[in-house]
Amino acid sequence: MGKITNQQVLAQLTSNFEGNFSNVSEPYGLLTFETSREDIMQILSYLKNDKNLSFGYLTDITGIHYPEQENALGVIYHLHSLVNNVRVRVKVFIPVANPTIPTATTLWNGANWMERETFDFFGILFEGHPNLVRILNVDDMEAFPMRKEFPLEDPNRVDKEDRFFGR
Amino acid sequence: MVNAPAGVEGSGFFATSLDKVIGLARSHSLWPLPFATSCCGIEFMATMGSHYDFSRFGSERPSFSPRQADLLMVMGTIAKKMAPVLRQVYIQMAEPRWVIAVGACASSGGIFDTYSVLQGIDEIIPVDVYVPGCPPRPEAIINGFNNIQELVRNESLRRRESPEYKALLNKYGIQ
Amino acid sequence: MSNIITNTTPNAPNFYDNDPQSELFTLNLGPTHPATHGVFQNVLQMDGERIVSGVSTIGYIHRAFEKIAEHRPFYQITTLTDRMNYCSSPINNMGWHMTVEKMLGITMPKRVDYMRVIVMELSRISDHLICNGILGVDTGAFSGFLYLMEEREHIYEIFEEICGARLTTNIGRVGGFERDFNAIAFAKTRQFLKKFPPILKEFETLFNRNRIFIDRTSGVGAVTPEVALGYSWSGPILRATGVDYDVRVNEPYSSYQDFDFEIPVGTKGDVYDRFILRNEEMWQSLRIIEQALEKIEKEPKGIFHTEVPEVYLPPKEDVYNKMEALIYHFKIVMGEVETPVGEVYHAVEGGNGELGFYLVNEGGRTPYRLHFRRPSFINYQAYADLSKGMLLSDAIINMSSWNVIAGELDA
Repeated sequence: MGKITNQQVLAQLTSNFEGNFSNVSEPYGLLTFETSREDIMQILSYLKNDKNLSFGYLTDITGIHYPEQENALGVIYHLHSLVNNVRVRVKVFIPVANPTIPTATTLWNGANWMERETFDFFGILFEGHPNLVRILNVDDMEAFPMRKEFPLEDPNRVDKEDRFFGR
Repeated sequence: MVNAPAGVEGSGFFATSLDKVIGLARSHSLWPLPFATSCCGIEFMATMGSHYDFSRFGSERPSFSPRQADLLMVMGTIAKKMAPVLRQVYIQMAEPRWVIAVGACASSGGIFDTYSVLQGIDEIIPVDVYVPGCPPRPEAIINGFNNIQELVRNESLRRRESPEYKALLNKYGIQ
Repeated sequence: MSNIITNTTPNAPNFYDNDPQSELFTLNLGPTHPATHGVFQNVLQMDGERIVSGVSTIGYIHRAFEKIAEHRPFYQITTLTDRMNYCSSPINNMGWHMTVEKMLGITMPKRVDYMRVIVMELSRISDHLICNGILGVDTGAFSGFLYLMEEREHIYEIFEEICGARLTTNIGRVGGFERDFNAIAFAKTRQFLKKFPPILKEFETLFNRNRIFIDRTSGVGAVTPEVALGYSWSGPILRATGVDYDVRVNEPYSSYQDFDFEIPVGTKGDVYDRFILRNEEMWQSLRIIEQALEKIEKEPKGIFHTEVPEVYLPPKEDVYNKMEALIYHFKIVMGEVETPVGEVYHAVEGGNGELGFYLVNEGGRTPYRLHFRRPSFINYQAYADLSKGMLLSDAIINMSSWNVIAGELDA
C-alpha cells in the first residue's frame, strides 16, 4: 500500500529525534507515537518538510481526556503523506492545570478550525493561534463539554420525569 | 376546486360570513417561510419537488423574508445558539402567523437530548401544529400543512386581538 | 418561558472599522439562508459589491454528536452518523460500520462488500444531485433542480426497499445488512440505471455549455492545489484543483479495488470545474453500480452478513429456539460484547471528501472517544479567507459549490 513502510518512518524519526518521542505502537497498521509539547513543533515540521517522508497533509487534530492520568488532556494529530500513502498519528499529553501547546497553524492553514474545535471541547490552549475562540458551542459557555466530568444532558430541564428514565 | 362555505345563494350574489371567506382565501394561499436547518429541510425540498408538489396547496412562493410570510415552518434541530435567531424571525413576522414544527427535533428535541439542543421550539415560540417523524415523510408534512389549513380556515378574525392570544404571547415574552 | 435565551453574539469580526467616513459596510449573511445550504453565518465587510473581509460563525446546529457517542453502544451510533451528512447518509453509516469492523478485526464476504458499494454509490449520486441542482438554483436556473429532485425520489425508493427509510437510512449493521436486497430492490436499481442517464444527459445539456452559466461560474473561486492542501481540503473541491486524492483509490475499503472506475480531476479549481467534476463523478458512480450488480450475480446467493455471532444479531427464529442464539442476542443488545482496547482511524470517501472516524475504545459498551473527521467542517474554514476580494454574488456561488452540509459542519 504505502511506498515507504512504518519502519522506515520510525527509523528516520529515531535518527533525528532520539529520545524525544515514546510509546511507539502500530494499532491497526497506523504508526502511533507520543511526544511532548516542547518537541511537537519540531517533529511536525520535520514530518512535513522532509523530502522522503513528506507528511504534507494534516488529516485531523483532536483532543481526548483521560481523567485518571497525570497529564489528562491529550492532543492527537493525524498526518497523511499523499505522495507515499502513509499515515501517522502523533499524541501529546498535557496537564489540565496548564493546558497549553504550540499551534500548528504556522505549518498548515487547515489547523485553524481544528484547533478551535479542540479548544472549544477540551479547553486546550494553542499558543500562537490567530483567533482562539469557541466555534461550535455558544460563545459565553464556561465549561468545556467534552471533558469527562461534563454531563451530556442539560441539567436545567424541568420537564423530564424520572420514572420514565428509570431513575 | 374547493367547497364553498355555507351561505345564502341567489342569482348573482352569495352571502356568507366574512370569517369564512377570508379563512378560505387565506388557507389556500399560505406563504411558508421554510426555516430549514437540517435533515427535515431536505425532506421539505423533496416535498417541494415535483413528485410531492407542495405548491399545489397554494404555497407557490416560499418566502425567505419573515415580513412577507404567513407560515413559519421550522424544520430541523434548533440548537440553543440558534434559538435567539428563531425567536427574532418569529417576532419579525406579521400577524396573522402560524407555526408548524416539522420533525422530532423541532417538536421536542428529537434524539438529541444534549446540553446544546433546544428541547422543542415551543420553549420559545408558540406552535400550532407538530409533525412527528425523523424525518417525516413528505406525505406527513403535507398532512401537517393540511391541519394548518384547517386551523386557518376556521380561525376567527378577532383571534389575534383576543386576551387569550395576548396571554399566550406574554407567556413567551413576546409583545 | 424558559431561561435559555441569552444575549449571545457571534464572534466579533476581527476587522474593526472605526472610521465614520469609511465606505465599508457590514453585511450579515445568515444564519437563516434561503433553505438550501444550512445554518451558518458569515459577517462580511463589504466595499460596495466586493467583499473585503469576513468572519464565519458556525455552531448553529451543534448537536454534540461526539458527546452523545460516548454514551451509546456501537450499534446505536449508526443513527447519529446518519444525521451528519444527511444528503448521503448511507456513506456515513457504512463508514461507521467499517470502523467498528476494523476494530473488531472481522472481514466481510465479497457479496456484502458489493452490496455496500451499491448503496454508497447511490447515495453519492444523490448528494451530487443536490449539490449541482442547488448550484443551478443559485445561478437562477430552477428547472434543473426540479428534474434532479425527481431522480432523487427514485433513489429514495431504492433505499426504502432496502431499509425502510428515505433520508436518514440507518442502513446495515456492524457485520453486514439486516436483510438481503429483495428482487424489487435489484429491479429498481436496474431501472434506475436505465432511466437516470438520459436525465443526467439532459441536465448536462442545459448547463454545461450554457453561456450564462459559464459566465457565472468560470474563473470564480479558483484555488491552487498548494492552497487547497494547506487547508486540508478533500473530496470534489480538492480534485477540482488537480490533486487526485480519493480515499476509494488510495486506501480501498469494501472491495473498491475490484472495480474499474476513474477519478475525474479538474484543472483550475473554480466553480465550473467543480460542477463538471461532480457530474463526471455521477457517471463514474453509475459505472460502479453496474459493475457491482454484475459481480453480485457471480457471488453465492443469499449472503448478506458475516458469520460472527458475537457481533451480528442472530435471526429471530434461532433466538426463540436455540440457547446460544438467545445468549448472543442478549449480550449484543445489552452491550456485553467484549471489544478490544485500542484506537482505530478509518476513512471513507464521503460526498464531500475524506470522512474519517477516530475511535478510541476502552472495552466498554460505548466508545471511550469517538471523533468524526468531517470534510465539510475542514473544507469550510477556508471560506472567509478565500472570499476576500470576491463579488458577493460570486461568493454565494462559491459557497454553494463547496457543498457544505450544516449537519456535517457542526456535528
